[in-house]
Amino acid sequence: MRYLPLTSSDRAAMLETIGVAGVDDLFVDVPAAARLSGPIEGLPPHASEMAVERHMTALAAKNLSAGSVPFFLGAGAYRHHVPASVDHLIQRGEFLTAYTPYQPEIAQGTLQVLFEFQTQVARLFGTDIANASMYDGSTACWEAILMAARITRRGRTVLSGGLHPHYGEVVRTMAKFTQDDIVSLAPELVADPDDAAVITQIDADTSSVVVQYPDVLGRIPDLAAIADAAHAKGALLVVVVTEPVALGMIEAPGVLGADIVVGEGQSLGVGLQFGGPYLGLFGCREKFVRQMPGRLCGQTVDAAGKRGFVLTLSTREQHIRREKATSNICTNSGLCALAFSIHLTLLGGEGVARLAGLNHEKAQMTFDRLARIPGVSLLNAAYFNEATVLLPRDAREVVRDLADRGILGGVSLGRLFPVADGLHNGLLVAVTETTTDDDIEAFAVALEAILAGETA
Amino acid sequence: MNAPNASGWRPSLGDAAQAKNATSSGDYALMLEEALSFELGSADKCGVDLEAPGRAPAAGLAKFMRKAAPVLPGLTEPETVRHYTRLSRQNYGIDLGPFPLGSCTMKHNPRLNEKMARLPGFADVHPLQPQATVQGALEVIEQLAHWLITLTGMASVAMSPKAGAHGELCGLLCIRAALDARGEKRDVVLVPESAHGTNPATAAFAGFKVESIPATPAGRVDLAALKSKLGPNVAGVMITNPNTCGLFEPDMRAIADAVHAVGGYVYCDGANFNAIVGKVRPGDLGIDAMHINLHKTFSTPHGGGGPGAGPVVLSEALAPFAPLPFVTRGDDGSMHLVEEENASEGHGQAFGRMVAFHGQMGMFTRALTYILSHGADGLRQVAEDAVLNANYVLRACADVLPAPFADSGPCMHEALFSDSGLAPGFSTLDIAKGLIDEGFHPMTVYFPLVVKGAMLVEPTETESKAGLDRFITSLRSVAQRAKDGDDSLHAAPHYAPRRRLDETLAARKPVLVWQGEPGMAGTPSLSEIGGS
Amino acid sequence: MTRYFSQDHEWIEVDGDVGTVGITDYAQGQLGDITFVDLPAEGASVGKGDAVSVVDSVKAASDVYTPVSGSIAAVNEALADQPELVNTDAETGGWLFRVTLSDTSELGALMDEAAYKTFVDSL
Repeated sequence: MRYLPLTSSDRAAMLETIGVAGVDDLFVDVPAAARLSGPIEGLPPHASEMAVERHMTALAAKNLSAGSVPFFLGAGAYRHHVPASVDHLIQRGEFLTAYTPYQPEIAQGTLQVLFEFQTQVARLFGTDIANASMYDGSTACWEAILMAARITRRGRTVLSGGLHPHYGEVVRTMAKFTQDDIVSLAPELVADPDDAAVITQIDADTSSVVVQYPDVLGRIPDLAAIADAAHAKGALLVVVVTEPVALGMIEAPGVLGADIVVGEGQSLGVGLQFGGPYLGLFGCREKFVRQMPGRLCGQTVDAAGKRGFVLTLSTREQHIRREKATSNICTNSGLCALAFSIHLTLLGGEGVARLAGLNHEKAQMTFDRLARIPGVSLLNAAYFNEATVLLPRDAREVVRDLADRGILGGVSLGRLFPVADGLHNGLLVAVTETTTDDDIEAFAVALEAILAGETA
Repeated sequence: MNAPNASGWRPSLGDAAQAKNATSSGDYALMLEEALSFELGSADKCGVDLEAPGRAPAAGLAKFMRKAAPVLPGLTEPETVRHYTRLSRQNYGIDLGPFPLGSCTMKHNPRLNEKMARLPGFADVHPLQPQATVQGALEVIEQLAHWLITLTGMASVAMSPKAGAHGELCGLLCIRAALDARGEKRDVVLVPESAHGTNPATAAFAGFKVESIPATPAGRVDLAALKSKLGPNVAGVMITNPNTCGLFEPDMRAIADAVHAVGGYVYCDGANFNAIVGKVRPGDLGIDAMHINLHKTFSTPHGGGGPGAGPVVLSEALAPFAPLPFVTRGDDGSMHLVEEENASEGHGQAFGRMVAFHGQMGMFTRALTYILSHGADGLRQVAEDAVLNANYVLRACADVLPAPFADSGPCMHEALFSDSGLAPGFSTLDIAKGLIDEGFHPMTVYFPLVVKGAMLVEPTETESKAGLDRFITSLRSVAQRAKDGDDSLHAAPHYAPRRRLDETLAARKPVLVWQGEPGMAGTPSLSEIGGS
Repeated sequence: MTRYFSQDHEWIEVDGDVGTVGITDYAQGQLGDITFVDLPAEGASVGKGDAVSVVDSVKAASDVYTPVSGSIAAVNEALADQPELVNTDAETGGWLFRVTLSDTSELGALMDEAAYKTFVDSL
């Protein structure tokens, strides 16, 4: 077997050193009844690279890849161009095959990357500090709510109706078990986000308000107003960013008064990957650092006086604090953080701003074009690279019809909000720098034909 | 002092600047220092060619616009590639040598797995595409689920948890949901004192109270002590098997029976599944839920701290409560996603959702490739060779380092040593740092907590005998120096990119982000952050 | 003023009905370099044996139990910037908090300096 270096004679020599007759003698603690003597049901013997590659390639071929067709899906996962050097660098064996940097003297590469990553996230979010990553945006969102509850010693959370429904489901699922009180506002198909309704819900028991920016329908909430209202009642503002590229163009949440900013970092460096692994981003005010979840990398010096980096403030974490830890997270998204960081290093701040500008420009072209189709209108008063268009009928069927014509034409609100019947004519359309003029035209022509009742 | 380079950055040379053979650059041949990207880059550089937008932003966006671009310097591609390549050389990885971290299963990462995960049909697919356009992706999830169920002898598997600790949470929430369905409010989870820190942290995160179970002198769960704590308030136990001392729990079935008899459930931490894959099915031991770290047993790369993946296999009793979403296979062979929209059709007891989307697809692709590559014979050989390698290290070193449980028989895939018997003032830390100078990544140290100065060595099956012999020679040599009181060990490592780092300073005055402006050496000077 | 010691390695110096509490020099030596001290809220009412403060070192977080019941009268603000005072000055300037005692009879269960020294020597 190509992955197993021991030879039969190695094994024999080692058994002799150990002083046992056979390998079964090493499994003596396993009761006979628990030992699997027969074959593993249905699993063939080991296979060559060629054979496995054939099997996996056949499975991959059953999928319609985003890059092969006009593509307009977003809703928390965005298709951006990832520079070739990113994937090359993350496959350096010293990054790819390292563990969490528990021995800092021989992990300065990973640690310096984490320090740079934390700085990049903090500057993009406009927060004082950021951690070394969480699993993804949805789990980071729940951790932010828990952290706010620890800080405020309150247990009531208000979720904007503009929060991604999967994020809301994660929060409500977890809150069922922790007994936190979650107030979820219902999404509505109106031009502006539900800032006023969110503000009305904030009371003296409220720990945090959670607002997505831009929201799941692509609208942009007025964070400063919500922050002021929250702070007036002693509550914290948690802002969720599912498209970090937007922050190249719209103001950083931390600058507008957010106390904790979490996000999904998949847009930069990571790719679509059918939903994972992704990258949870987590930034906050410095004064809350002892209540943060997850790993933190900090600067220090070594015994010879050289600058170096270590994991720090570990007494917050599970391996030391056990049941009193701020979170149970251990493994996070290190390699995805590296990919994000490399992509952002290539771009720089000016590059992010230009990338954001291009995304917005393509979105303007798309929505201008779609709005010219009879029966189609744009919902949003403002948008960055994603917005909701209103169709004359249920968007779920339209999305399937578009796929039949070789176009991945957005995410239907019926898929995202299955029980909210009033939303089902909404189609969420995302546009990035990868979208071409031809893609836009092909999408518009197909959509017009489908709505006109033409068969493919 | 050396002169600053064009960007104003100069390496922190520390004491090396005074050495007789000091270089002017601060680099020493292939030992290369590297600045922060922010110190190298500048605002007018970009490594991505982007045309400038040709039209003004939409009017609706005006009031939301950022006043200035984020203050982050850019780098061109050659500078970027060099920056990260130089940084990578300050890291140890499995590709360089043994990485025997006990409990972490750092085995070789097959490159076919990487190649398969990057096929556009897997890597460039959106999680919310119409299901007809992602049948192959759903089939990967379904096939991997099938093999995980088969290998563990369980009824079902929840695929979406993102890592081991997230899987633990999934399992405990299934237990909570099952108890809720029975109308019972049990609030205690029993956890052995040798457990991973994630176990008690997860139990608390899921709203349970944690009670500790002691270990026997032979390093196993004390069955009598466990039984004495069982009662109507006990929701379940969390047992690691093989346990964190590297030993199989021979009483696992009896533990499970006792817990079930009082109406509780058995959670198994599957971090050490590598020792028994293909040899023992946890389902045959009475386990109700167990997470599988795909980044351990099934060798998805750890990447310097993740991503992982932590699917949770479930017994018949817990299967109905598995979280959304999951994949089912239709009679015609087509794949179907069960989500909030259709969960009520036969899956109404699902406890909710743990993540956006479907879990760690990129890890599923790699793990499935790994399983198919190894096959039935290869997986069993994995477990046998992992256990053989660990026992070889145990017996080859037990005369120089105390092995607290070696007298009670063979270990599983990890060899556990203690620092008892070193010269006064010497400890596990010195041995770990001494191994770094010898060119090895140290073993897990000071864990499990039940052994003084614990050293947990997990070689894995992908080490050759010759490689193990070199490691053993070094471990024996460093242990002997610690027994002989060789003071130079206290200052080890001498030859790593950094000497021992001041962790106290880092924690007392946290510097978590770079404070400077682009294109300038803006980090605090060493004296400002308290260095010498 | 009288100084008492607990088996959890706290000291308390009582002046009237106010006791000043810290950890002993022996305890700080066991913990190593202190990096952070989490102090209770002033005014909080506490019961004898409650974990009211946490002392962090790099690799450990240790609860500090109040040896007496009462309410928190003051906390040592200097520790926010200089947690190392607990190392350098454990039994004077490195005090943690002051308690207004609600039941002075609880002091009877504590050790005097000589008894504590004997206790530590026996460990």
